[in-house]
Amino acid sequence: MNDDLLRVLVPLPVVLPLLAAGTSVLLARRQVLQRALSLLTLVALVATAGTLLHLVDSDGTAVVQLGGWAAPYGISLVADRLSALLLLVSAMVLLAVLGYAIGQGVADGRRSTLAVFHPCYLVLAAGIAMAFLTGDLFNLFVAFEVMLVASYVLITLDGGKAQVRAGMTYVVTSLLASTLFVTVIGLVYAATGTVNMADAAMRMGDLPEGLRVALGLTMLIVFGIKAAIFPLFSWLPDSYPTAPSPVTAVFAGLLTKVGVYAIIRTQTLIFPGEGAIASVLLVLAALTMVVGILGAIVQDDVKRLLSFTIVSHIGYMLLGLGLYSVAGLAGAILYTVHHIVVQTTLFLVAGLMERREGTSSIARSGGLQRVAPLLAVLYLLPALSLAGIPPLSGFLAKLGLLQAGLADGSSLARVAVWAAIATSLLTLLAMTRVWSGVFWGPVAEVVADADTEDNVDVGVARTPRLMVASTVVAVVGGLSITLVAGPLYGLTTRAAEDLVDRSSYVTAVLGDGGGGTR
Amino acid sequence: MTGNLSLALCIGVLYTVGTYLLLQRTLTRVVIGLGLLAHGANLLLLQAGGPAGAPPFAAKDGSAGTAGVVGGTADPLPQAMVLTAIVIAFGVSAFLLALAYRSWTLSGEDEVQDDVEDRRIARLEDAAAHVRQPRPEDEL
Repeated sequence: MNDDLLRVLVPLPVVLPLLAAGTSVLLARRQVLQRALSLLTLVALVATAGTLLHLVDSDGTAVVQLGGWAAPYGISLVADRLSALLLLVSAMVLLAVLGYAIGQGVADGRRSTLAVFHPCYLVLAAGIAMAFLTGDLFNLFVAFEVMLVASYVLITLDGGKAQVRAGMTYVVTSLLASTLFVTVIGLVYAATGTVNMADAAMRMGDLPEGLRVALGLTMLIVFGIKAAIFPLFSWLPDSYPTAPSPVTAVFAGLLTKVGVYAIIRTQTLIFPGEGAIASVLLVLAALTMVVGILGAIVQDDVKRLLSFTIVSHIGYMLLGLGLYSVAGLAGAILYTVHHIVVQTTLFLVAGLMERREGTSSIARSGGLQRVAPLLAVLYLLPALSLAGIPPLSGFLAKLGLLQAGLADGSSLARVAVWAAIATSLLTLLAMTRVWSGVFWGPVAEVVADADTEDNVDVGVARTPRLMVASTVVAVVGGLSITLVAGPLYGLTTRAAEDLVDRSSYVTAVLGDGGGGTR
Repeated sequence: MTGNLSLALCIGVLYTVGTYLLLQRTLTRVVIGLGLLAHGANLLLLQAGGPAGAPPFAAKDGSAGTAGVVGGTADPLPQAMVLTAIVIAFGVSAFLLALAYRSWTLSGEDEVQDDVEDRRIARLEDAAAHVRQPRPEDEL
């Protein structure tokens, strides 16, 4: 019974949004129907992901071979604890942001961009779901492309000068990463004769060590561009802030995390325990954290500041992966969950602040806590969580990582742990700068923005209830991570055990033979 | 696995030229460079499928050979992957060209625009230089 259910449930998160996206294009002139369709689809996605997580957690990894082709030849969709958990969190975040976007769209009433927004948003959801679920390297490439093509349209939705300039940077960088990805798939295929991840994992052991490390590092570069890790992040703070607020929020929460997921999946499954790569990961983690947060501190634009904090906090997830222990990976997964929710929430709040003040500049804002006390609370909670103040989710996730780092005992891990602590303090500084600049001080006059380079709609101080409600839901969601922290940490630990002991994944995909049939 | 030298050289040239064009400031060249890089990557995938010339389904004597081995059947997977990659690259190139055209319409230049923050800093620098060095006519 469960098998039949799973055969439907595993592909559903990909198929459902894609079908809905197609229907949504047809409904372009009927906005109410279009909105209802998007909402229903994402509610169904949340329900599917929730059921999937429950089943996978109790019964173990679920695999569906698409088209009935056996594992190394056909495409496998694999739902293990890690992918099901991230799928569920992503679906919830997508739903909350959709509510926000609908609220904003209704208030601003731009019909043409809204008609394009819904199909693209659904395609984005499908791409993200496919990236989490696929067990095939080439299919992962396709998933990334589906997700990225939707994101290209979303980031240039307004079509103004700033969006086109930022969109150009974003598209060219992503395309370069995609080309590199095809290259590395070609190399993996030439070396192992397979693109199925589980099969490649088995065959990788026969290759000489140098080749393994080279392939692993190339793959790290590919996903490193998508995840914005240290030397490869400069496109992110440049392009994200120009998009409309809900789009930036969902990009900030999800797109880089899909890159992080791909790094975790490939490095643990295909290139496990390569000492050289683990050291590189720890060094990159420390540099990403410190360089990112130093960039954030000096920014004046709230959205740019938050974009730099995304970069910085990607480092924490790399730290957990670089330790390559169950505790480290469990911490990294918990941190990913926490960061998806909190970073999205912060961008939603930044969008509300921008509407209120008519600018996203810290210097030109002030006194918002007197005008909008609710907004102040909504900002403060996720901001403190990002900085890691107990008992919020950021503290718990960081604590898990730091304990894992100290348990590792190597000097490199200790350096990375110190970098993590310093970054945490500097994040608090950055968040406090926004707080004192935007919420304290004399009330700033809302003026027409002379700077045409940011896309702030002046004169829309009216904030729709739906936008605020969606933000409140997101904040409460972030707080509830603390409440369910115990079971959640248990779940991430089990997911991390699956990652370290690859046999459950490989057996589920390839059957009991484990070594492939070719 | 034996490779094809001329194909390998071709891949090398495409990557080199593509990378060179990608580093240019003109958007048209960037687009062409990305196209060449994509072609190089596709050829690489094809090269990964083993030598050409094997029969598509079964050898002449009717035996089904091992994929990728001379005398066996041709490996269909890299070709399927290359087709997918070509379609994706085609679609994205179309989008990129539209974006480049939009950029040209808005700015009148076929160039990658400066970073906003860079320009702000450059303006501040100019202003500071202005204060430090009075203009020649002020010195009278």
